[in-house]
Amino acid sequence: MTSPLEQKLKVKGPVVVTANRLRDGAVIYRTAAGGWTTQIRGAAIVTTTPAAQDLLKGAVADDVGAVGAYVAPVEVSDEHGVRPGNLRERIRVAGPTIALPEISAPALSAMRRA
Amino acid sequence: MYVYDDFDWAFLEQRVSEFRDQVRRRLSGELTEDEFKLLRLLNGVYLQLHAYMLRIGIPYGTLSSAQMRALAHVARHYDRGYGHFTTRQNIQFHWIKLEQLPDAMAYLGKARLHGIQTSGNSIRNVTTDQWAGVAPDEIEDPRVWAEVVRQHTTLHPEFSFLPRKFKIAITAAQHDRAAIKIHDIGLRLHRNGAGETGFEVLVGGGLGRTPFIAKSIRPFLSKRDILSYVEAILRVYNQFARRDNLYKSRIKILVHDLGAEAFAREVEAEWQYIKDGPLALDPAVIAEIAARFRYPDYARLDDDPPELASLRKADRRFDKWVTNAVANHKVPGYTIVTLSLKPEGGPPGDATSDQMDAIADLADRYSFGEIRVGHEQNLVLPHVAQRDLAGLWRALDAIGVATPNLGLVSDIIACPGLDYCSLANARSIPIAQELTRRFRDLNLAHDLGRLHINISGCINACGHHHVGHIGILGVEKNGEEFYQITLGGRADERAELGKLLGPAVPYAKVADVVEEVVAAYLELRERPNETFVETIKRLGVEPFKERVYATH
Repeated sequence: MTSPLEQKLKVKGPVVVTANRLRDGAVIYRTAAGGWTTQIRGAAIVTTTPAAQDLLKGAVADDVGAVGAYVAPVEVSDEHGVRPGNLRERIRVAGPTIALPEISAPALSAMRRA
Repeated sequence: MYVYDDFDWAFLEQRVSEFRDQVRRRLSGELTEDEFKLLRLLNGVYLQLHAYMLRIGIPYGTLSSAQMRALAHVARHYDRGYGHFTTRQNIQFHWIKLEQLPDAMAYLGKARLHGIQTSGNSIRNVTTDQWAGVAPDEIEDPRVWAEVVRQHTTLHPEFSFLPRKFKIAITAAQHDRAAIKIHDIGLRLHRNGAGETGFEVLVGGGLGRTPFIAKSIRPFLSKRDILSYVEAILRVYNQFARRDNLYKSRIKILVHDLGAEAFAREVEAEWQYIKDGPLALDPAVIAEIAARFRYPDYARLDDDPPELASLRKADRRFDKWVTNAVANHKVPGYTIVTLSLKPEGGPPGDATSDQMDAIADLADRYSFGEIRVGHEQNLVLPHVAQRDLAGLWRALDAIGVATPNLGLVSDIIACPGLDYCSLANARSIPIAQELTRRFRDLNLAHDLGRLHINISGCINACGHHHVGHIGILGVEKNGEEFYQITLGGRADERAELGKLLGPAVPYAKVADVVEEVVAAYLELRERPNETFVETIKRLGVEPFKERVYATH
């Protein structure tokens, strides 16, 4: 598979770098400080191709913190702040669009332990 | 049930311990993701949109109650309390954490369950009829042969890195419930003119981007030769298939490009080298494997106990369920009961931990501890005494798996789609849920008769949309979800690919369009028992197209 760094990247609006956390697969975002956050509002937002490439390069270099980093569009507004830019990313942020079974107590405690 | 031996158990323990070490090394950074990805895929571990996904193989769809409880435990303690039964008789957990995976696998291993060869370019779970061993129309139990193939191909070094994944399905019944014609190899057990039992061999079936129905390359193959012949097919595939292009690497493309006859000639030539070698099956080996399938100690019962008739008469809901969910069994006094995992508004194929535990208990009480998984994403209790049906029904109804909609419009096959899957372009489950609400009227559903809706969230076709009587394929257009609709596909012995109805329709219109198609069918069918696919076959898609696109 082509490395994300070798893929063509054309940034036309605000974007973030997102990935999955290695230990549990949780959705994470690259921060301006070079770390990761699970909150999209904490993500570093860039608007140019070179800046996105730089952000992605740093993210991909952290092979232990995150898996499968890529650039994803976001929408930024005064009213709503930062929001994912497409349905796939909305689902990554908010979870499945369907009602899930109620989480049982053991599952919930396992989730908290993780 | 097949009884595993100590060798299987020791091997699984070793494999779990190996994976535990691989996870440790990955988490510590000793292994890169590129190195680890290959290893996790050898164990059925994918990374999806929000989490890792663990796929557990259920060989030929047969589960013991203890195994079902192990699945329930893993769902409850390592996932979010539910699992998703797939179109290949497997189960997937969608929220599992990498750091907890070794413990989950160790737990499953104790129940002889694992994810080996449920991903990667290997030979996947060999699937078969979920009624195997109990169906009155089968000539013998096809699971024996699925097990023979499973044992030979598991971790086979020559077939661990094939050009692409490889799927084999076997049926031994007149009616194909295993969808063998959409598999890389389909094997049909039948009797030849001399009364001898053997296999018709089909190759090159498959869905995805380039769908094909499998072609028959050998009308009759002696059972002794099954392994050598399958191996010859795999060798030809390994030698000639495209490894340079992911989209052209399946055997269906090779068979299509070479032509079935030329492909068959290559296989026959390869086979000559190996047919009389060590792969020629010794009847004693087959007998030993067959002997490991333990059948229940059935009671001597008569068919149609009088109390069943009176209970059916007294309770219309029970009667409707018996008509829909209960099938004839080989043994007098017994039945095969299918549990619908397609409740109104539910995600197709999902079961909660509590449901799994309850089903395991019911299997112990009513089905000699045995459960089956079908490719339609429903479960089966294969050995239920007719006298027990009423008690079983009440218990199944209480846990929500007795909707009498099997084979009907709301018995929808659907992949997880964009709600979970990183490959998907569009959602599948909410479309299925909306359709089950639109067709909640079971009287209408029964009037419509057999009608399979299949939904896939991308062209990879895990929801088998090409062979749905109504097929729905999610695509993305300018960031929006659209759905292509096909009509007239089928996955059985008369397998056929559906024909495109017309331009893709947006998410919000899909259920309306399906309702229009169904309304058109009701008007166009020649007689009440002309099925949906028969009407499409007779008229083509044009009358449906005119109606749908005139309205929308």
